[in-house]
Amino acid sequence: MNSEIIKPEKPWVLTPRQVAPRALLFSLAFFATIFTLNLTSFNGKLGFFFLLFAYSSAANLTYNVRKHGRKAIGESIAGSLILGGSLVVFLPVFSILFTTLQNGISGLHFTLFTESMSEASFIDPIGNGGLLHALIGTIYLIVISAVISVPMGIITALYLTEIKGPGSRFIQFVVQAMSGVPSVVAGLFIFSSVILLTPIKASSFAGALSLAILMIPTVTRTSQEVLLLVPSDLREAGLAMGATQWKTVVTIVVPAARNGLITATILGVARIAGETAPLIFTLGGADKVNLNPFKDYNSALPFYVWKGLSLGTPESLARAWSGILVLIVLVLSLFILARTFGSQKFKK
Amino acid sequence: MISSALDGKMTPGPREITSNPRLSDKFFRAIVTSFGFSALIILTLIGAFLAVRGFQIFKSEGLHFITGFKWDVTIDDAGEVTYDMGIGAMLVGTILISTVALVVGVPLSISVALFLTFYAPIRIRTFLISIVDLMAAFPSVLFGLWGYFVLMPMATYWSKLLYKYLNWIPIFDAPEKFFERSPFIAGLVLAIMIIPIVTSVSREVFAQTPLDRVQAAYALGATRWGMIRTVVLPFGTNGVIGGAMLGLGRAFGETVAVYTILNLVFRPNWHILYGAGGNIASLIILKWGEATDLETNALLAAGFVLFLMTLGVNMGANFIVGRTLKSGK
Repeated sequence: MNSEIIKPEKPWVLTPRQVAPRALLFSLAFFATIFTLNLTSFNGKLGFFFLLFAYSSAANLTYNVRKHGRKAIGESIAGSLILGGSLVVFLPVFSILFTTLQNGISGLHFTLFTESMSEASFIDPIGNGGLLHALIGTIYLIVISAVISVPMGIITALYLTEIKGPGSRFIQFVVQAMSGVPSVVAGLFIFSSVILLTPIKASSFAGALSLAILMIPTVTRTSQEVLLLVPSDLREAGLAMGATQWKTVVTIVVPAARNGLITATILGVARIAGETAPLIFTLGGADKVNLNPFKDYNSALPFYVWKGLSLGTPESLARAWSGILVLIVLVLSLFILARTFGSQKFKK
Repeated sequence: MISSALDGKMTPGPREITSNPRLSDKFFRAIVTSFGFSALIILTLIGAFLAVRGFQIFKSEGLHFITGFKWDVTIDDAGEVTYDMGIGAMLVGTILISTVALVVGVPLSISVALFLTFYAPIRIRTFLISIVDLMAAFPSVLFGLWGYFVLMPMATYWSKLLYKYLNWIPIFDAPEKFFERSPFIAGLVLAIMIIPIVTSVSREVFAQTPLDRVQAAYALGATRWGMIRTVVLPFGTNGVIGGAMLGLGRAFGETVAVYTILNLVFRPNWHILYGAGGNIASLIILKWGEATDLETNALLAAGFVLFLMTLGVNMGANFIVGRTLKSGK
């Protein structure tokens, strides 16, 4: 017998013969762009990208029309526009990450994570002080608002998926509306209710309350999606074994969706970690480490950045950039964590 | 026997099938239900508190609070407080900036959504989707910093170009050649900020396009663009509109990024390239620091107006998106 293994064919993969003319056309467009830039009054990055886009689209169009006839006109133009539009969207993301890294690294130093700003000012040379107080403040904010909003979010999601009570469609609608509440309004609400009317003054706790308002809808919607993915066989099996509904939910449904619920929590935290606006009304802003979350002003990373930004001197801006670098690293790692938990499927 | 059963009186009705929940389940349901309604309670409380605090201002200023263009509080020698507060200019500015954001952001979002759904190879697709999601998680203060230091120098140059060649169109005109910190630049930053939400809603809707229609279009010999034009776009239009409205809600409420970039001025300005604009959310943090009690209440009233605006837009958007997603199933 012939034991030769047949190599699978991949007819959709472009052959070198198909790639060559496109690469040739693109390089032609590239050289034409440089040529035009040097000869005419077009200049700058904008001119370069615009001309390159125009030339390569035109080249593609001519090629496609020669090869496939007139019906390729729309196809070719639309393809170029869609690709160009997507590039325009993804460029800023890389630009943002790059500038943060570039500007943030110059502000990094050894005492950044071990000292607060209690004995330094934002306009001092960069080596003085650090953002320990802001880091502690942010951790307080994250923990407290998670403690408040994760149970509320998950139980609301349970109401929407398990009980499916008479008001669940309405509640769904309300939760969606709540996710659109502007962060500044959440801060104003906590200011006008908690800070003005109760003994709790501007502090980590008040700040966390305003962030919880923003976090609840995120947690609810993500948990709801995850709970809907739990196979209803599991629920029916639990009920058939004679368990009551709450036992089924607590011992079967929630554990089955555990990873997804963790993802929901992390996404909620990522949503609020960088919020600045509500903290302006509720946090006060301190320059030294404050370990009591219920009393006295406190700081947070976004607040630290905000302060550095509003002072506007080179040193304070360098502090702002390094603060945003720490914040972005935090958000990025939360994000990767959420992905790893989210990608694990249900164990069968 | 049989006849007596048919007489009627003896015939038992169909047995009612009930599941009487146990006590523990009743508790469980009661607790979960009460938590379920917490979102409604919070939303109502937000509206109620802001409205009550702002009531004094609404009462004394009336409709003028919405239409007035000034923000003056003066205390004369006798200690008498006179004030004239109106958020008209800020309202105009908010709408102007959000419009710029939508005009720039929505077409880009649609092209990204189409690219991700129909053009990108699968490996790149998952990576790019994570990038779009990551974009949504960027802190708004970062957008402010980046917009001010990186985008503004470039965008000022673009503004000059637009002014040079298009100033015969009224909105591209400017009373003075001051192009920094303009609504146009703030709108560009907002456009980048709303792209993730508009993209993800549009992508969700495009992915719901009935497969049989897509295949039918291909079977009739449509090109990829032909298929998108005749099947995907007609199906997804409502969803895209809903997504754009969700983006509009975000744009209305965005605070820190806009405040960093925009030059707040208390007069209405329709020239998008001219460096003077307004934004309700930015007004609130601009005036917050040195606000008297009276002004604080006025700012809370402004917050109430903002809350109503975003709530209205969001509810409309969710209604439209929900209907479109359902129609695909």
